[in-house]
Amino acid sequence: MSNIVIEKDIAHNHEQGHEDAGSLSVFGFWIYLMTDCILFATLFAGYAVLRDSVAGGPSTVDIFELPYVLAETALLLVSSITYGYAMLAMNRNDPAHVLRWLAVTFVLGCGFIGMEINEFHHLIAQGYGPSRSGLLTAFFTLVGTHGAHVLTGLVWMAVLMAQVWQRGLTSTNTTRLSCLSLFWHFLDVVWICVFTVVYLLGVV
Amino acid sequence: MKRTIGYCLVYLATSFLLAGCNLIIFNPKGAVARDERDLIILATGLMLLVVVPVIVMTFVFAYRYRATNKKARYSPRWASSHKIEAVVWGVPFVIICLLGWVTWVTTHTLDPYRPLDSDVPHMNVQVVATDWKWLFIYPDLGIASVNELAMPVNTPVSFTVTSDAAMTSFFIPALGGQIYAMAGMQTKLHLIANEVGEFRGIAANYNGEGFSDMHFSTLSLNPSDFEQWVAKVRKAPQRLDQASYAALAKPSTRHPVSYYSQVQERMFLDIVDKYEGMNKANRTPRSQAQRDGTGVRTDQQPGLAAEER
Amino acid sequence: MFGKLSWDAIPTTEPIVIYTLAVVGLIGLALVGSITWKRKWGYLWREWFTSVDHKKIGCMYIIVALVMLLRGFSDAIMMRTQQAMAASGGPGYLPPDHYDQIFTAHGVIMIFFMAMPFVVGLMNIVVPLQIGARDVAYPFLNALSFWLFVVGAALVNISLGVGEFARTGWVAYPPLSGLAYSPGVGVDYYIWSLQISGIGTLLTGLNFFVTILKMRTEGMSLFKMPVFTWTALCTSILILAAFPILTATLFMLSLDRYLDMHFFTNEAGGNPMMYVNLIWAWGHPEVYILILPAFGIFSEIAATFSSKRLFGYASLVWATIAITILSFIVWLHHFFTMGAGANVNAFFGIMTMIIAVPTGVKIFTWLFTMYRGRVRFETPMLWTLGFIVTFSIGGMTGVLLAVPGADFLLHNSLFLIAHFHNVIIGGAVFGYMAGLTYWFPKAFGFRLNDRLGRIAFWCWLTGFYFAFMPSYVLGFMGMTRRLNHFNNPEWRPWLMLELVGVGIILCGVAAQALQLYVSIRNRHAYRDLSGDPWDARTLEWATASPPPFYNFAEQPKVDDLDAYWGMKERAVSTLKHTDYRSIHMPRNTSSGLVISVFALICSFALVWHIWWMAIVGLVASIVAVIVRSYDDDIDYFVPAEEVARIEKARLKDLAEA
Repeated sequence: MSNIVIEKDIAHNHEQGHEDAGSLSVFGFWIYLMTDCILFATLFAGYAVLRDSVAGGPSTVDIFELPYVLAETALLLVSSITYGYAMLAMNRNDPAHVLRWLAVTFVLGCGFIGMEINEFHHLIAQGYGPSRSGLLTAFFTLVGTHGAHVLTGLVWMAVLMAQVWQRGLTSTNTTRLSCLSLFWHFLDVVWICVFTVVYLLGVV
Repeated sequence: MKRTIGYCLVYLATSFLLAGCNLIIFNPKGAVARDERDLIILATGLMLLVVVPVIVMTFVFAYRYRATNKKARYSPRWASSHKIEAVVWGVPFVIICLLGWVTWVTTHTLDPYRPLDSDVPHMNVQVVATDWKWLFIYPDLGIASVNELAMPVNTPVSFTVTSDAAMTSFFIPALGGQIYAMAGMQTKLHLIANEVGEFRGIAANYNGEGFSDMHFSTLSLNPSDFEQWVAKVRKAPQRLDQASYAALAKPSTRHPVSYYSQVQERMFLDIVDKYEGMNKANRTPRSQAQRDGTGVRTDQQPGLAAEER
Repeated sequence: MFGKLSWDAIPTTEPIVIYTLAVVGLIGLALVGSITWKRKWGYLWREWFTSVDHKKIGCMYIIVALVMLLRGFSDAIMMRTQQAMAASGGPGYLPPDHYDQIFTAHGVIMIFFMAMPFVVGLMNIVVPLQIGARDVAYPFLNALSFWLFVVGAALVNISLGVGEFARTGWVAYPPLSGLAYSPGVGVDYYIWSLQISGIGTLLTGLNFFVTILKMRTEGMSLFKMPVFTWTALCTSILILAAFPILTATLFMLSLDRYLDMHFFTNEAGGNPMMYVNLIWAWGHPEVYILILPAFGIFSEIAATFSSKRLFGYASLVWATIAITILSFIVWLHHFFTMGAGANVNAFFGIMTMIIAVPTGVKIFTWLFTMYRGRVRFETPMLWTLGFIVTFSIGGMTGVLLAVPGADFLLHNSLFLIAHFHNVIIGGAVFGYMAGLTYWFPKAFGFRLNDRLGRIAFWCWLTGFYFAFMPSYVLGFMGMTRRLNHFNNPEWRPWLMLELVGVGIILCGVAAQALQLYVSIRNRHAYRDLSGDPWDARTLEWATASPPPFYNFAEQPKVDDLDAYWGMKERAVSTLKHTDYRSIHMPRNTSSGLVISVFALICSFALVWHIWWMAIVGLVASIVAVIVRSYDDDIDYFVPAEEVARIEKARLKDLAEA
């Protein structure tokens, strides 16, 4: 069944209480993001409780290097901007530019992940891994969960890029791009909170 | 319907007949337990003011408005009444306000951390819950006992409780409420026994294999008997120090009552110190200042090592 | 190669387990055998296992819930028997470590794999019909939710024969549930079964939240929705807000256990008290998730069987909303004895009591629905009356426990056990049984045998009182929970009384099983052609029994509460007679099942530390999701001619009814 026939039939059969599928998906995705927010809130709460449980090991002042984290943050924030450009291209119905901007976003996202893995590796090599103390457990988990979300977003992005490349900007693809956009910006916001609560307040 | 009434009557009869059996909660042996029991009775009474009418109305309405009863008034569209709403929101609200006030007051007076009002000087007991027995250290007397707690009658006892294993709860039902025992923490409980006797003490939170056997006996003794008990313990050959404690702390069940005539200094706090507890050790100046300013309770304020509570 | 898994994992030294496995194995073989012999695999696959139809999914949820009820109830029988036997110092018949797994499994199964699926199943069957919709907002997610839940149930059942289950109690407090004190696989089974079915539940909450807000039929504003739909909405909000907390908390526990982290350990700065707070921040909303839909069910039933409008609709709705909000600020009452201090304890105690006010309002609402009505004592109404009396007692003891000073004496005692069984059985379970009886004809097209239903009710009611009222007394006698042996002969008579109660409930369960058998066997005699066997009031009764897969040929227009009743009064036909249109429906798919099977492989491997298998399972799950995302052919149009054919058949049935 081709798209044209379906769309005509939908217009013909407009039903009560039946929103179009795209906006229903985006709305549902918003709600899911709110639950993800609560998940992160729980991890933040855990961090707040365990922040001073250093068990004779390092405290936050000892392990954070702000310039490095600033660079990471810049990568992520810029990647949000580039995703925004991808969305603008989508609204102009321009799949080529969508793919280009997504690719840039993808690279920036990978850069963020790479820097984070590097930071973790550095800490673990010094003996400050997550099993050292309650503080380090909470730190690695909070930041690591955010990183895992970013990684998931990158996998999703790669699959979507492939689908846009193969099929163009179908209504399904544009809906999914919108959802990923929400996801990506949400992760940005969470990172701002992480940066503030964990890193900034950690070195003050 | 008749059957339900019948069953209710059987229940009432049974409970009256068996009222003679030992309902510990209603047979308190100490002031704290007595106040807690009175609270239970008061709260139950207040709520029965609502619950009894509800149960009665259930039977009455169901019977009177049964479909086969054509004499009863039938108002199929009648579905709201401001008067009824006012009553069903208002009366429970008033009762809850009352109960809430009672709750506020009694939660403060019955706070386990609050020392009891008494002219008699209190006795200190440090309690260690370890798998699966109870160690009692009497810091003022320099002795310790396992699975047997003794106290002079009419003397307030101040318990400081910790655990060397999983979380459990220190509870003597006849004397009053319970408090959790947690590793690295010190919780407090204040009790008093107003009658001479032997009471059962238990662990009231499941903590593993030996949980069912983790009970102890509480001896409330008149002063001369208490002196005799202390003297008995002082004659015990064993001394409680790191080595003997390590042996005691090994998981075991049904540990027999045993005594230690001497206790190494700072024994209890050393046990607490085995664990990081909450927010212990290596304070940075920033966090110390923060902590002193916030509402953290004094009895949980940490230092580099545990302090006397 | 296989991590910690070896042939030793099968508990060959436990005769009770081996007998159970043998019996279950035989029944399983018989079932598989009969399906094969009758050549029904294709039918089952096409019509049920790959279905995205909310009605079929709802039925499957309830079937699994009833099966798990049998296992949870068997646990209860075993525990009560052990306690009755071991009251005077003897060891009883059950090895202690086995008993400790049983009380944990009993709680986990009853809450997560009996009550939750029952609630979700009823919501699935009823809510879209009540709001005049064709299906839920996300039918595929609905199917996925169901299969993820099945994976959770499967893990718990596998743990019986392969390995062990947790020995920590159903909320698994650390440090007991940490690696140091529970090094075996039991807690890992617990974690993964709850995590996976928890994802399913979260998706269900999402689904119903969006469905109710966005897919109501024309004219049905929020304050014209049936009360059951309102409670489903509030339940969905509770799920959305609470389940992420459970996910995060179990995740933290699993990190402690798998990667030697220190969230909740005794050493290196962990904080077990944090777990207690987090798990109950989820746990308290969870029990309201269980009870609110039951309140909704009783509202529908009270109105229908009093042949009268529900009293105080607006009050009921606002009370439900109040309960939803309040349920998030009471969690500390589960651990008053952990030493939070008088101010904190008093605050949470008072908050908890405040919830009693809207709950009380609801009870009065149902009573005044009966007032000046014409009450018919059909089985669902019997459950309702039993509920009102029983739940009032349970609620009262709850408010009593909310007073910290009283709780200090009663925490973790049999009094507490009595309270929560009082509200869960007398409240939630009675509600689900009422709902099952009430909506069974709608779902399957024939009524349940009435006499056996009544026998089941009376057995459950009297059995409950015998089984749990003595617990209040035992709590007053100082008996604490989770003991597997003790030496207190004066407790014995009460424990024996409880065993009698359990026996009576067993008769009730047997009556229900027999009722199902008899009703299915006589289904032609019990056939409901009208679609409205109870003379009911809400939209789901406007359809055929069972409804056509698309629910409504044309979505009805609504202008008041009790939409269907209004239609009946004005003799408005609920059917389309002409001008049939084609209908847009989602296709069946096996994706949900496939993703879930891989999730099962992954989680089983994680339990046993078979790392390569876990990675394979995880990757395969993700690939299955990606494959699904490439699937274009996920919906279709039902031709107008087929709709016409189905509707005309219904018209014929109605004429005969």
